[in-house]
Amino acid sequence: MKAITKQKIVFSILKVMSFMVIAILFLIIGFIFVKGIGVINWGFISKMPEEGMLKGGILPAIVGTLCLIGGSMLFAFPIGVFSGIYINEFLKDGPLKRFMRLMTDNLAGIPSIVFGLFGMALFVNKLKFGDSILAGSLTLGILALPVIIRTTEEALRSVDDLHRQASYALGASKLYTIKKVVLPIALPNIITGLILAIGRVSGETAPILFTVAAYFLPKLPHSLFEQAMALPYHLYVLATSGTDIEKAKPMAFGTALILITIVLICNLLANLIRAKFKKK
Amino acid sequence: MFKKLSQKIQVSILAICSLATSVTVILIIIFLFSEGISFLGMKPTEEGYVLAVNTKNNLSSISPELCKKVFDQEVDNWSQLGEKDMPIELVNSDQIATFYSEEAIGSEMEYLDTCYNDYVSKHEGAFAVMPKNYVTSKFKGRIVEVQENSIASLVTGREWFPTAKPIAQFGILPLLMGTLIVSLGAILIALPFGLACAIYMSEIAKKGRRKIMKPLVELLAGIPSVVYGFFGLIVIVPLIQKLFHLDVGETALAGSIILGIMALPTIITISEDALRNVPNAMREASLAMGATKWQTIYKVVIPYAISGITTAAVLGIGRAIGETMAVLMVTGNAANVTFNYLKPVRTIPATIAAELGEAPSGGIHFKALFALGCILFLITMSINLYVNFVSKRRGVK
Amino acid sequence: MIQIKNVNFYYKDFHALTDINMQIPDKAVTAFIGPSGCGKSTLLRLINRMNDLIDGTRLTGNILVEGQDIYDKKVEVEELRKKVGMVFQKPNPFPKTIFENVAYGLRVQGMKNESEIKDRVEDAIKKAALWSEVERILNNNATNLSGGQQQRLCIARCLAVEPHVILMDEPASALDPISTAKIEELVLDLKSKYTIVIVTHNMQQALRISDNTAFFYLGELVEYNNTRDIFHNPAQEKTKNYVTGQFG
Repeated sequence: MKAITKQKIVFSILKVMSFMVIAILFLIIGFIFVKGIGVINWGFISKMPEEGMLKGGILPAIVGTLCLIGGSMLFAFPIGVFSGIYINEFLKDGPLKRFMRLMTDNLAGIPSIVFGLFGMALFVNKLKFGDSILAGSLTLGILALPVIIRTTEEALRSVDDLHRQASYALGASKLYTIKKVVLPIALPNIITGLILAIGRVSGETAPILFTVAAYFLPKLPHSLFEQAMALPYHLYVLATSGTDIEKAKPMAFGTALILITIVLICNLLANLIRAKFKKK
Repeated sequence: MFKKLSQKIQVSILAICSLATSVTVILIIIFLFSEGISFLGMKPTEEGYVLAVNTKNNLSSISPELCKKVFDQEVDNWSQLGEKDMPIELVNSDQIATFYSEEAIGSEMEYLDTCYNDYVSKHEGAFAVMPKNYVTSKFKGRIVEVQENSIASLVTGREWFPTAKPIAQFGILPLLMGTLIVSLGAILIALPFGLACAIYMSEIAKKGRRKIMKPLVELLAGIPSVVYGFFGLIVIVPLIQKLFHLDVGETALAGSIILGIMALPTIITISEDALRNVPNAMREASLAMGATKWQTIYKVVIPYAISGITTAAVLGIGRAIGETMAVLMVTGNAANVTFNYLKPVRTIPATIAAELGEAPSGGIHFKALFALGCILFLITMSINLYVNFVSKRRGVK
Repeated sequence: MIQIKNVNFYYKDFHALTDINMQIPDKAVTAFIGPSGCGKSTLLRLINRMNDLIDGTRLTGNILVEGQDIYDKKVEVEELRKKVGMVFQKPNPFPKTIFENVAYGLRVQGMKNESEIKDRVEDAIKKAALWSEVERILNNNATNLSGGQQQRLCIARCLAVEPHVILMDEPASALDPISTAKIEELVLDLKSKYTIVIVTHNMQQALRISDNTAFFYLGELVEYNNTRDIFHNPAQEKTKNYVTGQFG
């Protein structure tokens, strides 16, 4: 066969395979959208689950997930950003910096169920928080740390050194330069990291299984030390272990749609900010 | 003066925060391994029970696995345990009632201990499971020790049955196998598609099309694993069941397909990076000699990027090995030692997720699950370190 | 013979080459000189259609190699490039063995007979005056060679395909003087069999090795004549200023 004919065949195969990958994405999202959109209405979002979770809404799961997002970010965002600043701006290239990056990479590579085990051992049992929003938030926060640190570091690295030098040349201190010059420039990209972390945290199930998630709890949480429902766990329960799995399907589709919408919005927002920032 | 102090404090705060990841990794290691290691050295016998044999018997200790085989009567002759050739006469609370009359046992079972004592002393082949408090100074049998959990018993044990009574089974072989075949299948599915997509995006597609595809691939990475699991459960599992005429569709294959999809973004992103890092001079050199674009890709570009592509595959496997929820939902969770993709299997992370809720905190089952966590941690950690080592040797990162 | 007729070339909005007309004779060395950005490399890359790889380019006019319009739709670019080889500014051997580098073009053409490949490889390396240096290390990685050796290997790689035309894009600019001298010697050696077009910013080099020289400035062909005349008796003021080193 002539090389050029072969190329045509191979390229079409590669093209078809690539489009199949993208098609899978649309298939999953489209499938859940089509099946789930019929369930979504105001009641679904604002009501408590009823009749063994077969009727009613998923309000406590939404609120629970929002609490977990808030709690984990309150803890992970400042620490992550500070950590990124220190590693990128204060540490010199060398073994220490490499070690810290390696640790961040390692943390990012640990399976989420191991975070669940760890959260249970430390927060639930050792520190005696019990199954609670606090324990869940801390576990999720740890899981989100590497995402935030990495994006912060990247954001800082993309700030041109000229800006720093200009500030130093005017006699500004390092800290002042970072606060007044570097951070404002890097901020949009840092926010991208925050949004991506939120997307990640809102969908994680394994880390909250044993640290916070309640199977069925038709009330809103009042304190950090209470259990709570959460969207991903709720979806898992509806799909695998509800009272009547067949009848629970519509509820499951609705929950999945809400969950996917949160993730989609986070991704879209992050991309928009990134694109807008790049243009400038 | 004050200003300097405040600056120093602020920098110290930043420095302390930067330790967060290192401290967390260390804490994870401490908590995981302190529970996991204390599993070793524990005995998997049910609390308050002992094994006893006739005094003429030489057996001093027995492994949990063999013990279970005796109970299941898979092993029924002492010669199989390295003793004299005679049948094993198993006695437990069920059988003792068939050997002795109700009067002998007593209306409130108050003489049960005597019955056990009598049976064990009279039958040379006796193998009794009895409550510990029946062993008094009058007892005329000999206690057989059950061997402690060890790394060897963990790794070679072919059965995972942590709630088995009176001897729990903690063999992780089926779980390891399950994890392995599901991940292997996943990578076999994901690698061709992921590589095709990476090659298409980096070498063939026009700039505009690549710009559309890249965020879509990222989105694929953003979909929560529980949603993948749900999709798999609703779509893939019934499909497999119908296609292969199975009783249940929850199989290793279903897990591999879902994990394969989930591993795609990792493989695509990293191998595309590797391909784009190939210097253009390499492509030009090849094209200038009359090679077609495709010849250039597979003879020059791919070999040049091969270590990056390997990294992508390894990280893809790592992602698959650690994945929990999706696998838990679609693989059927039966602890089988099998290579059959059409059978249910159970992976290590799925086992932890499924059982930790029911394992009493601090008990042997609880600790066994932490031991599984340690194994998982070690596997993924070595993958990360390997990837770090390789990328450092290449001098790009 | 290479004929360039009314060639205009654009990168997006940038007019890179304006109304180029010239004929490049067979079995001779033709040098393209001029300050950087003058379009000399662009024109060179048009002759084996390497600019096809860049998005947003546009060409008008015709380029004929051996009477065939190379931008004709019927022409397969791969076939053209087998006929018109190219050596690049920076040596770019593949990270393969020395042998496999030279054998690459043959394998691409589908040659399977290993003994024939071996003969052709040996022949090409000999022609590139590299044989005595690499004879014993043919299975070593090519990237371990010195820069000058790498460049001669790239020339050997190009020769193995038996092209009729060799395009050289500043082939010695990344090399030390001794390696440069070896390359120049090689070019003089090869010109009896091949049509060679060489882009250089080194005027002494053009003077030493070329038969004809074309001087480009701001995308235009200012003067094209035999080399001696260009350097010693230029017709244009600009050419004179450039070759005497007054700008550039």
